[in-house]
Amino acid sequence: MANEPKKGKSRVVRYNKWGYIFLIPFIAVYLIFQMIPLITTIYNSFFENYLSGIKQIGPNWIGLNNYIEIINNGDLIMYAKNTLIMWILGFVPQIFFSLLLGAWFADTRLRIRAAGFFKTVIYLPNLIMAAAFSMLFFTLFADTGPVNAILQNLGWISEPYQFLSHAGGSRGLVAFMNFLMWFGNTTILLMAGMMGIDNSLFEAAQVDGATSTQVFFRITLPMLRPILLFVMITSLIGGLQMFDVPQVLTAGDGTPARQSMTLIMYLNKHLYSKNYGMAGALSVFLFIITGILSLIVFKFSVQDNVDEVKPRRNRNKG
Amino acid sequence: MRQDKEYSVEGGLGLTVRRVIAYVVLILLTFLCLFWFYILFINASRTHQQLSAGFTMIPGSALITNFNNVMHGTQPIAKGMLNSFIVAACASVLSVYFSTMTAYAIHVYDFKAKKAIFTFILAVMMIPTQVTALGFVKLVQGIKLEDSFIPLIVPAIAAPATFYYMKQYMESALPHAIVEAARIDGANEFRTFNTISVPMMKPAIAVQMIFTFVFNWNNYFTPALILHDDKKKTLPILIAALRNADWLKFDMGQVYVTIAFSIFPVIIVYLFLSRFIVGGVAVGSVKG
Repeated sequence: MANEPKKGKSRVVRYNKWGYIFLIPFIAVYLIFQMIPLITTIYNSFFENYLSGIKQIGPNWIGLNNYIEIINNGDLIMYAKNTLIMWILGFVPQIFFSLLLGAWFADTRLRIRAAGFFKTVIYLPNLIMAAAFSMLFFTLFADTGPVNAILQNLGWISEPYQFLSHAGGSRGLVAFMNFLMWFGNTTILLMAGMMGIDNSLFEAAQVDGATSTQVFFRITLPMLRPILLFVMITSLIGGLQMFDVPQVLTAGDGTPARQSMTLIMYLNKHLYSKNYGMAGALSVFLFIITGILSLIVFKFSVQDNVDEVKPRRNRNKG
Repeated sequence: MRQDKEYSVEGGLGLTVRRVIAYVVLILLTFLCLFWFYILFINASRTHQQLSAGFTMIPGSALITNFNNVMHGTQPIAKGMLNSFIVAACASVLSVYFSTMTAYAIHVYDFKAKKAIFTFILAVMMIPTQVTALGFVKLVQGIKLEDSFIPLIVPAIAAPATFYYMKQYMESALPHAIVEAARIDGANEFRTFNTISVPMMKPAIAVQMIFTFVFNWNNYFTPALILHDDKKKTLPILIAALRNADWLKFDMGQVYVTIAFSIFPVIIVYLFLSRFIVGGVAVGSVKG
């Protein structure tokens, strides 16, 4: 602690109480709007509490019955499967194009012109209101919409393709929108990671006569593994929250036959119908899954930051 | 520097070929990103009759008419835009100011619980707000704040992700020596924060203001659970309502204009500030 003023400890201690004062707003708001809701959510999951017609049932303590019911009625598994399928359908092309684009942007030999323009364009869909984007796709891909009109004019199809009447059509649209909205973001993250790789590794590979493909698979990918893990798990956490796009696209029904209904749409349904017991049990499941995934991200990527806190150094961070 | 020496090694593609492939893929993806907004623009400028007649690639001339119809129509779109703006503006100001303050507390001071609190904030950073939505709705009902913007604005004060970004930025942009110099000059801690540290954080504050504003402008899940009165609804709720209604009865020109007016303001602001935004994406996420 060479930087601290030498004039006695008390002054420093007197300053440091301000650390607590400055934390008050965050902690107070977090406790009220996150912690208390979390506790009430868990608490509610142990009660039978719903509307049957206009008759209020409960709240009655029923222990773990909500959990048992939500597992047994099969919906949870089905919606979890839908969510995962749509996430994977969107994530695979997303990671493929992001790796490709990231490698190109980071490649000093390739020298892509107008890289700034391309980055601006591919990041753009990430900022679009998902509800509006989904409504736009709904109108464009409607049976009488422009996409069907274009395809018919081209002679590729004779009858309009009813996207929302086919599981593949509506899941595909959701996945496609998610891909469009997120591949730019992932590209930028991966590119930042690639720029961080020690350049001497690439130079050594060049001297050894490695092709760009070899460089990508033998150097870039292995060095990128921590960031890839981070991207994948944060994307999975994001995927589990999938809501706006399928909700608006299918008017909350997950058409066809609930094949595109996601976990959060299911939660939303219970919250709207005031079935608080089931909503609570579902929330607790989601909390546990996202909690585990968060811990993995924490362990692998941000924990170093915490460990750096203790010894205060004057660093010139790059 | 032998950068210019373009060589192709046996078995690998030549640089020129790789460059051509890269540009082709980039242009295709650019098309894929922009095409939808182009159609949106075209369709927003055409009348319902023109839209029913079929699709063309040429803009019509009914943009202003459609816009006027929306503003004087049955859906409270204008009010919705105002509501969205109020919520997003207030939430982003509060969120960014207090996240900077929280980051400042961790960055500048040494106190016993510091490491524990920092660890806690980072550990909960990824947990989605949806999983506590039930308790949140019950809380809001309990304190009689349904149909109010307060439950959409005040919780933004505790934003772990914004905090993390600010903390990362401070490590490189806010040396402790500056804080100590201000102390020697006799400024109290609160003043040092407001008049010395906050101005030094301007670039990070700007980036996070934009992100938080956009997030709140676009947010649909929580507002839809809290706001039931038509006069209070924000844009995403109104858009979703368009979908739930019997949309075939609507004037499609108006539907497209409504979508356009929830999307294009963000696009325009983004085009001016994209350099900072794209640059800011990577900073707050992971370290190399």
